[in-house]
Amino acid sequence: MELVCPAGSMPALKAAVDNGANAVYLGFRDGTNARNFPGLNFDLDEARRAVHYAHERGARVFLAINTYPRPSQWQKWCRAVDQAATLGIDALILADPGLMDYTVQTYPDLRLHLSVQGSATSHEAIDFYVRHFGVRRVVLPRVLSLTQVQNVMKRVNTEVEVFGFGSLCVMVEGRCTLSSYVTGESPNSNGVCSPAKHVKWEESASGRRSRLNGVLIDTYAPDEPAGYPTICKGRFAVQGCTNAAGAGRAGRAGAAEVGGKVYYAMEEPTSLNVLDILPELYRAGVAAIKVEGRQRSPAYVAQVTRTLREAIDACISDPETFVPEVEWVKQLDNVAEGRCHTLGAYSRPWQ
Amino acid sequence: MKISLGPIPYLWERSRVFDFYARAAEAPVDIVYLGETVCSKRRAMRLPDWLDIAARLTAAGKEAVLSTLTLIEAESEASYLRTIIENGRYTVEANDMAAINMLAGVAPFIVGPHVNVYNSRALELMARIGARRWVMPMELDRETLAALQSSRSANLETEVFVFGRLPLSFSARCFTARAHNLPKDECGFRCADYPEGMPMQTREGQSFLNLNGIQVQSGETYNLVNEIGELRALKVDILRLSPQPEGMFEIIDAFRHVMDGQLESSAAAGSIAPHQTAGFCDGYWHGAPGMHRVHV
Repeated sequence: MELVCPAGSMPALKAAVDNGANAVYLGFRDGTNARNFPGLNFDLDEARRAVHYAHERGARVFLAINTYPRPSQWQKWCRAVDQAATLGIDALILADPGLMDYTVQTYPDLRLHLSVQGSATSHEAIDFYVRHFGVRRVVLPRVLSLTQVQNVMKRVNTEVEVFGFGSLCVMVEGRCTLSSYVTGESPNSNGVCSPAKHVKWEESASGRRSRLNGVLIDTYAPDEPAGYPTICKGRFAVQGCTNAAGAGRAGRAGAAEVGGKVYYAMEEPTSLNVLDILPELYRAGVAAIKVEGRQRSPAYVAQVTRTLREAIDACISDPETFVPEVEWVKQLDNVAEGRCHTLGAYSRPWQ
Repeated sequence: MKISLGPIPYLWERSRVFDFYARAAEAPVDIVYLGETVCSKRRAMRLPDWLDIAARLTAAGKEAVLSTLTLIEAESEASYLRTIIENGRYTVEANDMAAINMLAGVAPFIVGPHVNVYNSRALELMARIGARRWVMPMELDRETLAALQSSRSANLETEVFVFGRLPLSFSARCFTARAHNLPKDECGFRCADYPEGMPMQTREGQSFLNLNGIQVQSGETYNLVNEIGELRALKVDILRLSPQPEGMFEIIDAFRHVMDGQLESSAAAGSIAPHQTAGFCDGYWHGAPGMHRVHV
């Protein structure tokens, strides 16, 4: 079971490689990848140096071209695949079936991984990508329970990579357009969710407000930590809601305001952390644990990589007695969104 | 151009579903999509019920299509999917690659709006493995459609979602159950209490989204009645209207009359307006944020 870490920049890549990542994933500095944030990612020369640095130290490099090009963008996306093919990378991470078709026809020897944006949540969907494109690894969306992951593992004839740590998508990846509904830009089309250029912070008498393209995503009390205004993690008023617990979690701001009770109607800001179920994932035959966060700092990447390296090594050497160390959990919570963690869909406390 | 009635996104009582399709059989729609596409726990309607309705619609001269679940997670969902696909009579709309995998090379199928077809190469691939129709993903715009139309295979029909709350996302968790602090497995089918979903507002009272079980919809109703001329010029074959509990047959009539040249778009928009509880949006079609209203 290998550890796959995010590299949003050269310093982050070095942090990942130096702290024990088996592989890193990165993208070009444009909309061809799903973390198209200002100041992040690699141009062709930097990517070449990144591959060199990683390979010299025994780490593999995956390159993500995992957005869905429209006809006006098609040539540019194909050019990105052409360039990727010259880099000596170990795998290309794709989502779009059109681009996969192009890649398989043009570079039949290039190893393909299906991105989480490919939205394959069942063995039948995975089989589609294996049959048509010979996909060698699939990244599972963060919506499956542990049992469902185990069932998928029994039926697929390709490697499976699962998310182990980082921000949590509440919606099935590759099929969420909440961001483009509000901003015109989405993960599928633009490689961004709730893009920063549409975010506005305001101070008001009732507290700090975050807006996304004018839409109020949340209001924070003076002493309340403010999170990034991702739509699915905002607080809203739902008519007819009776969610006492949800409102409680909303703290002081949980009182009924406009037309209904205000709470985290979709999900609280929290991070995914699979330490508790590492042995189960290992025994199920999962090929790799993926860390989310190409938009995060090199220090974050170093911390998370180091901790997960230790945990995975401990798990592999003795899965039967593996228990996450308190220190690991603390270290990861320190860098987690909302400073707390969940097993997300794997354990489904809400099921 | 034809009109299609998309699958009912909400959990309605059985009798309401049967009544709805009895009226649809008399309405000026050409194609009717049937089945549960949102939540596999909703089992008030079983496959034999859908097949029964499909037969009645076929007898009334409509094309009946069986539509499939969007998010497939459990083994039981995949087996049910296979049962639908092996129905032996009706074409299937695939809303997930799992369904496409089962249909590819087996039977002609329809690529639903939740399968990501964003470019000509992806569309060609779908046609090659057996698609005879595709429904454009909602976030795509008219320029993209124009480019895709210019290179599409001869035998492939194009359908565009032109009316209804936009299905924006799907999750493993249920937001209706969450609103009632209930575990998903003990949801008590609370979504049946909301035949139009649960409206969600921002904390300053702006109508924003709509919760429908595991699905999040737009708060505002997507409406392209003003763009029918443009859709026709782009050689779109089918316009899809998504069912809602109130005013659906008046809405169908309004679209039909505009398509037949008996009514101005502006007049149709006026007659549809009372049935859009939170107003309308048309941003996606114009390459703008989906929630925006470009046509004033």
